[in-house]
Amino acid sequence: MAQPVLAVRNLHVRFRTGDGTLHAVKGIDIDVNAGETVAIVGESGSGKSQTMMSVMGLLASNGWAEGSVKYRGEELVGLSPNKLNHYRGSKLTMIFQEPMTSLDPLYKIGDQLALPLTTHGGLNKARARKRAIELLELVRIPDPERRIDSYPHEMSGGQRQRVMIAMALANNPDVLIADEPTTALDVTVQAKILELLSDLQKRLGMSIVFITHDLGIVRRFADRTYVMKRGEVVESGKTGDIFAAPKHPYTQMLIDAEPTGRKEPVPAGAPMVLEAKDVQVTFGLKKSFFGKAGHVLRAVDGVSLSVRAGETVGVVGESGSGKSTLGRAILRLQPASGMVRFEDRNLMPLDRGGMRPLRRHLQLVFQDPFGSLSPRMTSGEIVTEGLLVHEPSISRKERDRRAAQAFEEVRLDPAWRNRFPHEFSGGQRQRIAIARAMILHPKLVVLDEPTSALDRSVQKEIVELLRELQKAHGLAYVFISHDLAVVRALSDEIMVMKTGKVVERGTAEQIFDRPKEDYTRDLIAAAFLTENAKAEARSLAS
Amino acid sequence: MAEGAVLPAETLKDPVVGRSLWVEARGRLVRNKAAFGSIILLGLIAFACIFGPFVTGHPFDKVYPDYVKVPASLSSYPKPDQIEPNIERIGARVRAKAENITIKGDDVQMTLVGQRPIDERLLAYFERSDLFGAAKVLERADEGKRIVVEVPLKRKYFFFGTDTNGRDLLTRTMKAGQVSLAIGLLATFVAIVIGVAYGATSGYLGGRADLVMMRAVDVLYSLPFIFFVIMLVVFFGRNFVLMFIAVGAVEWLDMARIVRGQTLSIKRQEYVQAAEALGVETKGIIRRHVIPNTLGPVVVYMTLLVPKVILLESFLSFLGLGVQEPNTSLGVLISEGAKNIQGATWMLIYPSVTLVAILFCLNFIGDGLRDALDPKDR
Amino acid sequence: MLSYIFRRLLSAIPTLFVIVTIAFFLIRLAPGGPFDLERPLEAKVMENLNRIYQLDRPLIEQYWLYLSAVLKGDFGPSFYLRDFSVAELFARGLPVSMTLGSLALTLAVLVGGTLGAIAALRQNSGIDYLVTGLGALGLTIPNFVVAPIFQIVFGLALAVLPIAGWNNGSPANLVMPVLVLALPQIAVVARMTRAAMIENLRSNHIRTLRSLGLPSLTIVKHALRGAALPVVSYLGPAAAALLTGSVVVETIFGLPGVGRYFVEGALNRDYTLVMGTVVVVAVFVLLFNLVVDILYAIIDPRIRYD
Repeated sequence: MAQPVLAVRNLHVRFRTGDGTLHAVKGIDIDVNAGETVAIVGESGSGKSQTMMSVMGLLASNGWAEGSVKYRGEELVGLSPNKLNHYRGSKLTMIFQEPMTSLDPLYKIGDQLALPLTTHGGLNKARARKRAIELLELVRIPDPERRIDSYPHEMSGGQRQRVMIAMALANNPDVLIADEPTTALDVTVQAKILELLSDLQKRLGMSIVFITHDLGIVRRFADRTYVMKRGEVVESGKTGDIFAAPKHPYTQMLIDAEPTGRKEPVPAGAPMVLEAKDVQVTFGLKKSFFGKAGHVLRAVDGVSLSVRAGETVGVVGESGSGKSTLGRAILRLQPASGMVRFEDRNLMPLDRGGMRPLRRHLQLVFQDPFGSLSPRMTSGEIVTEGLLVHEPSISRKERDRRAAQAFEEVRLDPAWRNRFPHEFSGGQRQRIAIARAMILHPKLVVLDEPTSALDRSVQKEIVELLRELQKAHGLAYVFISHDLAVVRALSDEIMVMKTGKVVERGTAEQIFDRPKEDYTRDLIAAAFLTENAKAEARSLAS
Repeated sequence: MAEGAVLPAETLKDPVVGRSLWVEARGRLVRNKAAFGSIILLGLIAFACIFGPFVTGHPFDKVYPDYVKVPASLSSYPKPDQIEPNIERIGARVRAKAENITIKGDDVQMTLVGQRPIDERLLAYFERSDLFGAAKVLERADEGKRIVVEVPLKRKYFFFGTDTNGRDLLTRTMKAGQVSLAIGLLATFVAIVIGVAYGATSGYLGGRADLVMMRAVDVLYSLPFIFFVIMLVVFFGRNFVLMFIAVGAVEWLDMARIVRGQTLSIKRQEYVQAAEALGVETKGIIRRHVIPNTLGPVVVYMTLLVPKVILLESFLSFLGLGVQEPNTSLGVLISEGAKNIQGATWMLIYPSVTLVAILFCLNFIGDGLRDALDPKDR
Repeated sequence: MLSYIFRRLLSAIPTLFVIVTIAFFLIRLAPGGPFDLERPLEAKVMENLNRIYQLDRPLIEQYWLYLSAVLKGDFGPSFYLRDFSVAELFARGLPVSMTLGSLALTLAVLVGGTLGAIAALRQNSGIDYLVTGLGALGLTIPNFVVAPIFQIVFGLALAVLPIAGWNNGSPANLVMPVLVLALPQIAVVARMTRAAMIENLRSNHIRTLRSLGLPSLTIVKHALRGAALPVVSYLGPAAAALLTGSVVVETIFGLPGVGRYFVEGALNRDYTLVMGTVVVVAVFVLLFNLVVDILYAIIDPRIRYD
């Protein structure tokens, strides 16, 4: 077999931190051969990104690498930045997870694109500009002659990632390292970027190293796969083999981490909990000092929905579709017009004080488990805050008992209730957020992307927890998510939203099996890369 | 678990004690050598300034006419070369000439020779000087025209020297440190109270009220600061306590901006929205969520405002508008020192070093607190 | 852009008006008057003086008279320095203060910016600690300590520079005052540049440049431009303060600038002089705020003024 283009041998990465040395990568071996696509999969904290950062000499200043990284036989570890610059940007290039911040906001994209061309390619300004336009065309940015003079803030996330790819490809590299290149993008955009990458690889023939947590991408694009866990490679081999017969239990767990199962149907005659009709939310954009009304944005445009006890309504859509705003509007946390009825009470005429006693029945769980917990309160205090409002008479001791009880209910050790949010992991924090809602025994919970910030395996646990809680208490859920796999595992009925409007609605089966709208079909296609991959793998294995 | 189920006793074990962000910040602060060293040094300086004047043996306003502008020294005064001229000076008042002056330990013996019998009551001049104790006559001869006198030396220490009036500079520096620190803390406290209240209100109300309140701050910003301060001096005259409450009342503008920004960003945080979804009242949100989370920047700003105010006080004292004699502050001492820089460098050096040390410490503590409370690598 | 500048200039007018009003009534409410000397004047003389200077009219009328005079560009005669009008005093003093201030400002930007950038690039090295330490020193030592020390060292001990005086702005006379003015500014600029550079160097777009194997010079250039933003917003008010003179430096070095007018004017209740100074300083502050906004728009394309 030919010599690999990139050979990583016994690589260690360590970081100096306030609490001692952190051993992030523990002696791993990785080979990348010419023209192939290699995936490195793992959950957050597995060291997959740091491995490639150290290849590129991009570790943070408190980190260092030991071991060997050879590019076509040339040792890269320990090279000075100046020497490393012979390879970076010309032979080895990288694109990153954060397309929104990876371009310099102060320079035109044409100027930024020209930098690697003039530096490594030795082109003069005029020729670099011409080549930059070609590159923009290559990554399918429409109207490249005009867009070359845009600033990054004038482009969408997907377009910025395309510009990043163009910069990386400027000097026909041997290896392109893509660090979660689509994670921060909407699902339909994700699919297009991935398609572009695989197409470019076919045309240009470089090797791609995919760092990802998304097994769908791995299955579809990678020739070979390395599975990383806590700084070690636990399994590696041909992608097909790994999917067909995972050897390591961790790999097995990752593959099974897709939320599975379907929700049991709601018994007929379950009482209506919440009904909303023709909800509208408008934002006046950029009001000037003198109150001149600017452009008006309809974030939610005439949406109706109803939830019965024990029922889950899934609301799906991409960012900016108004799904989160809708969730807040039906809880009266966001000024809106239309009609919202809880049990037999019209909520619209109620003011803040009038809503207060009803709040215990209507709860909300947020997406970001880091932002939704007050950082200076203990988890026990956070969980019992609602009791202070709705059951002010109970004693401190009783509150503590209830906190412990709520912790048990969300499968957390009650002994941890004096800990602070930053001492918990993401999944544990989300459990705390759920406990905060559950302690009041609500009737309706709006779940706003509660699993989106979590690793797949943790997502699965949270989904199971939510399902159990619903069954035990007959809860009604409004489940907001862009992640269709999770939505399908939880919902009875699904609404697809786009730019504030519902474009399609129906039972979970109707939406997934017989989607009517193209938009819905795109969403499903993009979301079920993984699902399809697994099915394919199973059929291969059998 | 079913609703209201009683928890088995063993699950209610003692909760694990968590490490709050404050505790973690304290840990980081202690690990920051510059900041921690500064805290200790500042503590020592403050301790010395508060208790020092009681142990130096010199009241801060005591004038020693015989020790005007004596240099700083670790050994005691009077110096051997000072004794003879002073005895001769006193001798002249007693109308006698001093001969055979010998120093034995803490006593001086001499023979006073007068042309007429010496009035021994005049020997009280010895005690009145700053150098000697009560004189004791050992021998009388020639009908009292010639007496042998023994006087004890009053040993005095001026580690920082004395000023143009002959006051002990060490005591005065300590006293000045007291005044400067007190002024700094007082004015800062006033600034923080006004700034936090104004900024939090503006930020939390938002909308038009916020716009108007912040516009007012902008206008006040454009008013020349020195003008404000000097007008306050003109109004409050020589009452420095009142004056610095007023200075605090001018310095709150930055604080108000910081707190407003902080409040605005906290208001957008999901944990505040979560509290609103729980039905928590505004009062509870401000008390449990907004205030604890604005405290960090406020504490940092406070440690950086104290040195600013101390510098401002020094500046006013330099212009002659600050603290009045015999009370003193570091600014007063430094401006006197600057006037006497030729020939009496110690008058500038020691108060300046004290001031710079205090300001240095406060700056390092402020920086350390900022790093500790808002670590970028978290 | 031009219309933005125009609108900003328009919106500065009400601010200026409010400032003039506050200042006018504040100084008038202060106890004492311009003619309260140690030896009280005869009642008749006092009355005459008050009439000449229109101080016998109701306050609100005086306010009105003053406002209309200022609109015509007439700042009135100085009460204390009786042979001069306020405008004359500024015509003579302002060039002195502005010369000193602009030199100090230039020095602060060049030296402070360079030191800060070097410290950021060599974070946690000896140079970094040196710059940080010197920065803290520059911030904490008051200028009225530095100035006499300079006089002793350079003026007397080494005798290379004149101790004080303006001497028609000869370079030798400028060195010490400019240095004293610039030192704390150098410290602040260095500190801010360092902090902003460090943050910028850690940012994702600098990581992109590194991943592209670009030379350090390019990376520094990009990081500097990003780091300039906070420094520029600090320099606006700082420039206004520097150009309108420093009472300490002008007093110690015996320079005929405008920095002293505030203190002298306020203490002597020289109403017109104080008001003139307030107006001049406020105009500088507003002007430099505008300059900052324009620079911001030039540096950062995300800020749109349309």
